[in-house]
Amino acid sequence: MPVEGYLLKEEDLVPLSMGAALLGTGGGGNPYIGMLRARELMRKGAKVRVLPLDALPDDAWVAECGGIGAPVVGVEKIEEGGECYRAVRAVEEAAGVTVSAMISAEIGGANAIEPIIAAAMAGLPVVDGDGMGRAFPEVQMTTYMIYGAPASPAAIADDKGNVVVFKQMVDMFWLERFARDASVAMGAGAGFAVAPMRGDFVKKTSVPGTVTQALEIGRTILDARLKRQNVVERVVEATGATLFFTGKITDIRRELTGGFARGEALLSGIGGWAGSQARIAIQNENLVLWVDGVAVAMVPDLIINLELDTGEPLTTEILRYGQRIAVIGLPVHDLMKTPRALEIVGPKAFGYPELTFEPMAFSNTQGRERRA
Amino acid sequence: MIRIGIDVGGTNTDAVVMNGTEVIAGVKSATTADVMSGVVNALRDVLAASGMEASAVDFVMIGTTHFTNAVVQRRDLAQTAAVRLGLPATASLPPMVDWPEDLKQSIGNHAYLAHGGNEFDGRVISPLDEDELKGIARDIAAKGIRSIAITSVFSPVSSDFERRAGAIFEAEIPGVHITMSSDIGRIGLLERENAAIMNACLRDLSAHVIEAFRNAIREAGITGKFFLTQNDGTLMDASFAEKFPVLTFASGPTNSMRGAAFLSGVSDAIVVDIGGTTSDVGSLHKGFPRQATIAVEVGGVRTNFRMPDVFSIGLGGGSHVVETDNGIKVGPVSVGYRIKTEALIFGGQTLTTTDVAVAAGRASLGDAAKVSHLSPDLIDRVQAKIHAMLEDCVEKSRLSPDPLPVIVVGGGSILVDGPLSGLEVIKPAHFGVANAVGAAIAQVSGEIDRVYALAELGRDKALEDAKQRAIDAAIAAGAAPDSIEIVDVEDVPLAYLPGNATRIRVKAVGELHAG
Repeated sequence: MPVEGYLLKEEDLVPLSMGAALLGTGGGGNPYIGMLRARELMRKGAKVRVLPLDALPDDAWVAECGGIGAPVVGVEKIEEGGECYRAVRAVEEAAGVTVSAMISAEIGGANAIEPIIAAAMAGLPVVDGDGMGRAFPEVQMTTYMIYGAPASPAAIADDKGNVVVFKQMVDMFWLERFARDASVAMGAGAGFAVAPMRGDFVKKTSVPGTVTQALEIGRTILDARLKRQNVVERVVEATGATLFFTGKITDIRRELTGGFARGEALLSGIGGWAGSQARIAIQNENLVLWVDGVAVAMVPDLIINLELDTGEPLTTEILRYGQRIAVIGLPVHDLMKTPRALEIVGPKAFGYPELTFEPMAFSNTQGRERRA
Repeated sequence: MIRIGIDVGGTNTDAVVMNGTEVIAGVKSATTADVMSGVVNALRDVLAASGMEASAVDFVMIGTTHFTNAVVQRRDLAQTAAVRLGLPATASLPPMVDWPEDLKQSIGNHAYLAHGGNEFDGRVISPLDEDELKGIARDIAAKGIRSIAITSVFSPVSSDFERRAGAIFEAEIPGVHITMSSDIGRIGLLERENAAIMNACLRDLSAHVIEAFRNAIREAGITGKFFLTQNDGTLMDASFAEKFPVLTFASGPTNSMRGAAFLSGVSDAIVVDIGGTTSDVGSLHKGFPRQATIAVEVGGVRTNFRMPDVFSIGLGGGSHVVETDNGIKVGPVSVGYRIKTEALIFGGQTLTTTDVAVAAGRASLGDAAKVSHLSPDLIDRVQAKIHAMLEDCVEKSRLSPDPLPVIVVGGGSILVDGPLSGLEVIKPAHFGVANAVGAAIAQVSGEIDRVYALAELGRDKALEDAKQRAIDAAIAAGAAPDSIEIVDVEDVPLAYLPGNATRIRVKAVGELHAG
């Protein structure tokens, strides 16, 4: 394995988790616990290198791993620590290969950190990229699964030492179903790894550079706060995001359907958007944004709510009446916008049959004019 | 019923005497370094002002920042053992992992991990290991530690392991103080554990402080019972407060908001408490402060207390007023308690917000002639600036689109005149001592926070069960059963869990049982 990329430092963990929370688009779980766990390992001497995607040899094996379970369990039943590591070791054994790097399934939220922890324990690097470029709620919603990664062998490991290997899965939907059931039996918090992937496949199918992207977003937020600058403006400038709306939440509706928290946030415009109304559909993550009745951004593009004053990324469960927020959008990577990907992660897949995916506007002119 | 309410703040110790729902007298006196003599003085002064006999007083309610300050200043904290039950889970993060190093060291950093704990649905993570706990007890005893905080995974769902571990420690180390996390906090292991450990390290101090309050009250000749107010605006009796000092955190802002609601007769409103240096702004819902939804730090430690969602800005009666190139600047620097010597109207050299209020003819204080030179233009601009600062806070605190009134209390209330953000402004009588009134009228509460599987139980039955548990808890805390009301019900569906798992939080409050 070539020595390229950079070593993660302890002081990188806070900005990395903040950037990961932003890329979580309202979901993905809180990275705070994972950040502390990675920090503990680093303080004990663990070193993790972030490896650029193109430095990955074609014949190297890469393990994709992350936590699977319920966010509320994640804040109460903290990990034993080796869950993901054991799941990775199990898929290695089942596949008969030795992995030489870890990669994140989803950079958005807590699962940005899990592979870093497993990598620290295994003494391996973590690849600078992931399988979503954001957060999504289900196992099959990664670029890897979408572009043909095998659904087995996969493995799930708990805090107690139980490891379940999914030897033969018909497809990724079955894997999601069995993995979800096993995770509940394990207390709704477990480590999960899918079949090791070859370097050439990972290079072709990963959303590149997302570990560094999360780190830089977090650094931008912290730096803007330190300099008492407008955090939202700095984030928009640094990421090339589009500022779609600034407003105050006037209503939040939540309900539970099929194990997923669905809801809607209604916003009344302020600043450049005074007089306008917006609506955000939520299912763990932010799914669709309408401004004055027009859908201006939708999954799989990233819709992100930032607290207007602090730029703090807001998860969907802490949205409440009266919050003043900026809604920004980031275009998702092209790999997530192909017809094949949209079948799995497009608006129709999330229960909006009336919507056909339209990429969000790249340009930032609307936001600039509004603010002027 | 004659009640005395006392609020021991950083600068002032305020006291009121109330007869039923009527405020008979209110006084402000200086907080003393030893706190106790300030309480003795306040009791003596307020009794004199009310013309009431000490023997007629039924209850004394005290709100204090003493325990918060002890943690913030790292003083008078006891060596504490933090025992967590949950192995093999949670091994990756030991207790106090994210505490400031100085605070961790000041209580000894004695962390123990043991088996136990539950899953979200009540299943056991691992059985309790009595021998393991006895070994930990021997180690704790050998180190001479007298206070233990026990935290078991998912103890808000099942507190059985914490109780059994507590019983083992009490048997092994007679007289040891036990704090159980399930008595203090809710779901969120590190935050609940942090609160339990902070409580445990305050146990020696609480015994001392509660005894001192008891002596101050006895010295004043009062024989009635006394209570401390907790962060949700309800009461705990002295013996309970001695066991749970951490529950007094943030009781100050809560008391002033509760007092504002009582004095104005309005239960849904935005409250602005303007002191000498800062203004605290929060929102009242059914007479109680709205609770914060995010983790609150105390002394650098994350907690998940039931804290009022209050934020402060640097605007008070003593705030400096300065003209800059960018216009008028008000605060955050303040003359604070030195207002009586430094403000212009008192012969000082510093232009303060109070000077401007006097110059505008909105208050008669000090010598108005000393501010007669201020130009009407300056006065207008300063008032507009203050108004804009407060309107910004009011907008942030508005939690419903309804046109709620704004209640303004605190010594700095003279700064406000007329509506804020188009909302009616109410300045009730006795606005200066609203915090002591809030302490005097405090009720008792019971709260529960559990995860229910709605698929098994159904939503109605789950809510019914949660409400009954909250009512039972309120009665256990001393509420008169026929006065109990459910004041808050919150159910949050939990993503990814089977059986429509929903977290239900219910709070019941009632009047203090007079018997």
